[in-house]
Amino acid sequence: MKVSLFVTCLGDLFQSDVGKATVEVLERLGCDIDFPESQVCCGQPAYNSGYVKESKEAMKRMMKAFDHSEYVVCPSGSCAYMFHEYQHIFKSDPVWEPKAKKLAEKTYELTEFIVDVLKVDDVGAKFEGNVTYHTSCHMTRLLGVKSAPMTLLSNVEGLKYTELPGKEQCCGFGGTFSVKMGPISEQMVDEKVQHVEETEAEYLIGADSGCLMNIGGRINRKGKPIKVLHIAEVLNSR
Amino acid sequence: MAMKIGSNEFNERVGQGIDDAFMRGAVSGAQDSMGVRRSNAAEELGNWEDWRSHGEEIRQHVLEHLDYYLEQLSKNVAELGGHVFFAETKEEANEYIRGIAQKKQAKKIVKAKSMVTEEIGLNAVLEEEGCKVIETDLGEYILQVDDHDPPSHIVVPALHKNKEQIRDVFKEKLGYKKTSKPEELALHAREMLREEYMTADIGITGCNFAVAESGSISLVTNEGNADLVTALPKTQITVMGMERIVPTFEEMEVLVSLLTRSAVGQKLTSYISVLTGPREAQDADGPEEFHLVIVDNGRSDILGGEFQSILQCIRCAACINVCPVYRHIGGHSYGSIYSGPIGAVLSPLLGGYDEYKELPYASTLCGACTEVCPVKIPLHDLLHKHREVIVEKEGKAPISEKLLMKSFGIGAASPMLYKFGTKFAPTALNPYTNGESISKGPGPMKAWTDIREFPAPNKERFRDWFKNRKKEENAHGRDDSESR
Repeated sequence: MKVSLFVTCLGDLFQSDVGKATVEVLERLGCDIDFPESQVCCGQPAYNSGYVKESKEAMKRMMKAFDHSEYVVCPSGSCAYMFHEYQHIFKSDPVWEPKAKKLAEKTYELTEFIVDVLKVDDVGAKFEGNVTYHTSCHMTRLLGVKSAPMTLLSNVEGLKYTELPGKEQCCGFGGTFSVKMGPISEQMVDEKVQHVEETEAEYLIGADSGCLMNIGGRINRKGKPIKVLHIAEVLNSR
Repeated sequence: MAMKIGSNEFNERVGQGIDDAFMRGAVSGAQDSMGVRRSNAAEELGNWEDWRSHGEEIRQHVLEHLDYYLEQLSKNVAELGGHVFFAETKEEANEYIRGIAQKKQAKKIVKAKSMVTEEIGLNAVLEEEGCKVIETDLGEYILQVDDHDPPSHIVVPALHKNKEQIRDVFKEKLGYKKTSKPEELALHAREMLREEYMTADIGITGCNFAVAESGSISLVTNEGNADLVTALPKTQITVMGMERIVPTFEEMEVLVSLLTRSAVGQKLTSYISVLTGPREAQDADGPEEFHLVIVDNGRSDILGGEFQSILQCIRCAACINVCPVYRHIGGHSYGSIYSGPIGAVLSPLLGGYDEYKELPYASTLCGACTEVCPVKIPLHDLLHKHREVIVEKEGKAPISEKLLMKSFGIGAASPMLYKFGTKFAPTALNPYTNGESISKGPGPMKAWTDIREFPAPNKERFRDWFKNRKKEENAHGRDDSESR
C-alpha cells in the first residue's frame, strides 16, 4: 500500500524521532512510504489565531503537495484534523473545495490508519513500563479518533497502563493559546502534570506532538522523572 | 450592574481569579460533580445524540421564523389580558418597567432568577426609583446580601463561594448565628424571604421558554421561589430575551428535558411552572396585572449573521461546566455576567469588541463545550469566527502578532523558504540551546519558555533523514543488483 507521510512541522523540525518511528512501523506493516518534499506547515497556528488569509496559502501548498497521494498518514491528531477542516475553510471555492474534499477523504491519523485501514490491532511491539495516555482534544473530539490508540496500546507486550484522571481535559496547549494566555495555560498544564503524577506512570504517551511538547516541556521544567513518548515510538519498540 | 462586571483589565482579572484558591476549589469541585451528573442524565436517555439534534432543529426553526412566533406570542398574551412590550434597547426595557413601578407606587419588588434582567441592569434602575428589590433565588440572594457581588455562573450564580464564606456573609449582614450546614443556611434565607413575598408590590421573573401557541411563560427552578414571586404580588412582570420562545408545549417538553439534564443532571427540576396570562375569575391566586417585556438589546443584529447559532442557547451552562479555562479562572475573570464559552461568544456580540476582545482567545478550542451543548451550538467554531473578525475586520490584533503571522504566511506557503528556515533553525537557536532543550527563548518564544522547556531543534531534520535513507537504500539496491 502506498502511503504519503505528512510529518507535521513539529515532527520535521523538533521531533524527527516520531517521524522515523512512524516510517518504520508502517513499513513493517507492509506500507510503501513516500515523503512529499514540498510539504510545509498545515496552517493551523495562523488559522486558529484568526489569520485566515495568511493560513490559506499554506493550505493550498499542502493540497498540492499531497495531490498525487493514495493515502495521507499523519502522526498527529490535530494536524490530521486540520486537513479535514480545509473543505470547510474553502467551502464554495470552485477550485479548492473539491481538492480539499479529496484530501480529507484520504487523510488519516496514524493509529486510525493502522486500525481502520490496515485492519491491524497488534503491531507486534514490546514495551516494558508503566504508562498513562493523554487523549488529545482535537484527535478525540474533532477528528473522532477515540479507540484506535487504546486498541493498539492494549496489545503492546509488557506495557502496563493506568488511566489518566481527568483524561478528557485539555492540557492547555491550544497552539498560540499557550503563549497568548500563558498564565491560564500554566494552570491547565500543571493540573495535567499533577494527574500524570497521580498515576505513578514512568511514561506519558500521546498521539499529538503539540500536547506532548506542552506537557513534556512543563514536566522537564519542573524536573519530574516522567518520560514523554509519542505513541509511534512505543509502537515501534521491539 | 449591567452585563459588564468589574472595571479592571482582562489580565488583571485573570490574575485575581488564578490567585483565588477558595474560588478555584469551589469551581473545580462543582465542575467535577456536575460533569458526572450531566453525562449520567444524558446517557440515561439512551439516544442523547437524537435528542440533541431534535433540540437543535427546534431552536433553528424558531430562529428562522422568529417574527412569526413573536407575533403569535404577543397576540395570545394580549388576548389573555396581558400587556406586551417590545424593548429594542436595555434603556427602553428599564424605562418601561420603571414606569410600571411608578404607576403602582411600588416600594418592594421580589425577583426570581433572571439573567436578562442582569444584562439590562434592571435592579439598579429600580433601586434608583426608591424600590427595595429582593432576589429570591438562593444563589442570587446570597450575592445580593453580599453587597451585590456579581454572578459568576449563569445557572449557579454563587458558584464561586463555598458554604463557610456564605455563613460569614449571613453572619455579618443578616445576624445569622447557626452553622455552615447548607440546610441551615437555606432555611434561614427561606425565613427571611417568606415575609418579603407576602408584602411585595411587584414580582419580576425571567423566562426559560415562552410558548407561542398559548401565550404562556415557563420557569424552571429547584426552589419554588418563582411560584411565590408569580402567585403573591398583584403585578407580575416577566422579562425575556426575544429568542427564548417555542412554538408549542411539545417543543417545550423537549427543550426542558435537555435543559434540566444539561444544567444540573436532573430528569426534571423540582418546579417547572407554566403561567398563562393574569389571574382569571376562577383562579385562587396569581397576578391581577401581567406584563411581558421582550428584550432585543442587540439580538436582532446577531440574527441572520454568522453568529446566529448562538441564539439557539437555552442557558444550561453545560459548556461552562466542562470548560477547562473557566475551571482555572472562574466567572468573574470574563468581566461579563455571561462567562465561560457561551459568555466568550455572546459578550463581544452584545457588548462590543472594545470591551470583550480578549474573551474569544480565552479558549484552547478544545471543543469540550461544543461536545456537550444540548442544542449543538458550534461554540469553538464561533470563538474562532470571532478571532477572524477581530484580526481581519476589526484590525484589533497586536502589531507584533500581525508581523509574525504575515511572515508565517510567506514562510509556510513557500517550500523553498520553509526548507531554508527549518534548516538553519538549529544554528539560529544554538546560543539559547542547552543540551536537548531551550530554557530561555528569544522573542516570541519567551512566553513559552517562561513556563516550560522548549525542545531544541533536531540536528538532522526528518526530511534530511528520510532523503539520506532513500539514497542509501537506492545505493544498496544498486549494489544488490550488481552482485547478482
